Amino acid sequence: MQKIIKITILFIFLFVIGIFYISLTRDTNYNTSSLTNKEAPEFKIISFDNSNFFTRDDIKKNNYTLINFWASWCAPCKIEHPILMKLSQTKNLVILGINFKDKEPQAKTFLSELGNPYDLLAKDKNGKQSVRFGVYGIPESILINKDLMIIQKFVGPLSFEDYNNIIKIIE
Amino acid sequence: MLSNLGNILLFLNVILSLSIIYAANRNLKISGGVDKNIFQLSLIQSTSIIICFFVLIAAFIVSDFSLITVYQNSHSLKPLFYKIAGTWGNHEGSLLLWAIILSIFSFLFLVYNKNHPKKFRLLTLIIQNILILGFLFFILFNSNPFSKISPIPSEGLGLNPILQDPALAIHPPLLYVGFVGASIYFSAAIASLITNYSEKSFSLSIKNWVLISWCFQTLGILVGSIWAYYELGWGGFWFWDPVENASLLPWFAMTALFHSLIVFEKRNLFYFWVIILCLITFTLSVTGTFLVRSGILNSVHTFASDPTRGIYILIFLSLMIFGSIFLLFQKYKKENYDLNRNSKETFILVNNWFMMFYLITVLLGTIYPIFTDALTDNKISVGPPFYNAIIFPVVVVFLLFMALGPRAKWIKNKFENIRIYILILTGAIGLNVAIIFFLKSYSLLSNFIIISALFLIISSLMDIAKALKKNKLDFARIISHTSFGFLVLFIGLNDIFSLEKDYNIKLGETKKFDNYSIQLQNLELKNYKNYQAVIGKLEIKNINSNHTNILNPEIRIYDKPKTLTYEAAIKTSLIKDYYLTMSNIDRSDYYNIKFQKKPLMAWIWISVIMIVVGGSIRLFSNAKNN
Repeated sequence: MQKIIKITILFIFLFVIGIFYISLTRDTNYNTSSLTNKEAPEFKIISFDNSNFFTRDDIKKNNYTLINFWASWCAPCKIEHPILMKLSQTKNLVILGINFKDKEPQAKTFLSELGNPYDLLAKDKNGKQSVRFGVYGIPESILINKDLMIIQKFVGPLSFEDYNNIIKIIE
Repeated sequence: MLSNLGNILLFLNVILSLSIIYAANRNLKISGGVDKNIFQLSLIQSTSIIICFFVLIAAFIVSDFSLITVYQNSHSLKPLFYKIAGTWGNHEGSLLLWAIILSIFSFLFLVYNKNHPKKFRLLTLIIQNILILGFLFFILFNSNPFSKISPIPSEGLGLNPILQDPALAIHPPLLYVGFVGASIYFSAAIASLITNYSEKSFSLSIKNWVLISWCFQTLGILVGSIWAYYELGWGGFWFWDPVENASLLPWFAMTALFHSLIVFEKRNLFYFWVIILCLITFTLSVTGTFLVRSGILNSVHTFASDPTRGIYILIFLSLMIFGSIFLLFQKYKKENYDLNRNSKETFILVNNWFMMFYLITVLLGTIYPIFTDALTDNKISVGPPFYNAIIFPVVVVFLLFMALGPRAKWIKNKFENIRIYILILTGAIGLNVAIIFFLKSYSLLSNFIIISALFLIISSLMDIAKALKKNKLDFARIISHTSFGFLVLFIGLNDIFSLEKDYNIKLGETKKFDNYSIQLQNLELKNYKNYQAVIGKLEIKNINSNHTNILNPEIRIYDKPKTLTYEAAIKTSLIKDYYLTMSNIDRSDYYNIKFQKKPLMAWIWISVIMIVVGGSIRLFSNAKNN
């Protein structure tokens, strides 16, 4: 009996460590290069103030659109926020913010405290629309051109490097 | 220069650790006391690692951007305080802090445990130094804070303003003392297994270290929550985020451990259970570090990641886990607990069950998404509803046991006076009814939580009266337990009585809700150097008490670039916090205001501080008795 318990305990730990190891190697698997140069998916997402819907037509109007998924409860979103604020000053780029699984008053506070970098603001209360974009966790951002092609996808908070990259692309 | 000096000191520490292991090993084979040289080596080790850390601080202070770590995390114009805090506000610097805590605890443990067997002390020292070596290698070959960058940048990237907060400057060191401090009883547990040192006195060698780490861990978690409340600014203070959970897991294990130690010390029971908890605590600390630093939870919360870090920590973690299991299996002997079902021992065991239940719940919630992702490719997230649904109903029963346990006697208890408990319960229910009658009603679960919290508070307070009579007052326990009761009570009341209102309001207009009125009395336009501000003057009036508060939220208009920002006004008092934001509505005279009332926030923080005060009192009284 004791032997069985010992083997079970060992097996559980091996299993956990194994999963951790797989996750580590998967981390690199979760790169988003497979998404680039593909067409952006169809979507219809309600604007933050419930006044209208955004669709792919709204993206076609702009040379470049950066879709940014964010929430007030997400700490790294706060970290990337200054970069979004900086990006909001650039011409040629429209930023569509998608407020992800958030509460409206809290999202408003977030923007009122840190500034609102978004030209268009939508919300995805239950996170279902974001799944279409392969959003895994937030923050994530997707750069799309006029032809609805995904140029690049950024997982995690945008860095200064990403900022420079985006500027290079849109100029 | 600083880079070379730092690297030399790191190498010196590797040599010192190896020397300590060698000297301790040699000393094991000869009779007599612990060799004096070992003390000296250990002291030099602690000193040199501290100097090494000061070298890094110096690099941050003088903004030496030839170091990558300084370049990535500092800026020459940053205030001095945040330059210094930036030293441990990043991965590399914080690992150096790990090494310091490991070394200092190693030295102090050696010094303060002179009454324990030499073999046990030396082996603890050897194991601890193996841990230190592991971290030194990690620092040197993977996360070296003294790595150079060339050409030398003229300016650093800076630390995000949101992280430049006093609470965030002290939060990491507090937590590190907590969970890195757990390393010393991990080492002691291994040494105890190897040397068969399983007498009661083993508990004396570790109990203060458990208390120290527990106090710091609790404070670290508290400061993190306070930061989240003020800085993230939407009134919450705990989000069940994986990174927060990572700090909570060792806390449960520590709490279980120091309760078990009481039984072990008094009754010489639970030896192997104590050992397992010692091993689990530090293992969970390293697991938490792995989850946070490796980036496997990256998409949810954590910052930039580096898979090689993860591999290193995972190897380290595996060696720790399988080494401990192997040893434990070899040494494990079945213990026969002949416990009376109604005794203090049993109640403490029940405490441990609850702690294990919470630990497993939070652990599962934290790693479950990793498992589903790896096994089924299904990406899910486990959020607050899961934890709230599982943890809170169980808290009710936990609080009741927490009230009964300390009153029980060792070996065989008899609840002589059932009437007292019925009286306390009646009191708690009465108070709960009073709250509902005078204020408002709430859900059934909230009722149970409030009643059980009150039950614990009243019964702990009655213990004081009883103990005063016998002149045997256990301050530490009473303060901690009462404060825990208050903590649950305040969190419950805060949740029940929080108020949130959203209005569109015009100048001069008044809005009324519940017992409050809000009036937008004035709007003032002020010019500042780089922005204009519309400052609202809003009066919040409690209609019943006629008490008024003026809050001044702002809308700021920056010229270059043209941006609008909204500044919230927060008024904190002992009873409640008011929180107000204001924003303009395009092409209209109306302003949108959001008002929040969060009662008893300050008391939530105070309760946690009092819990730690209880722990510290126990620590000091232990130290005095020794």
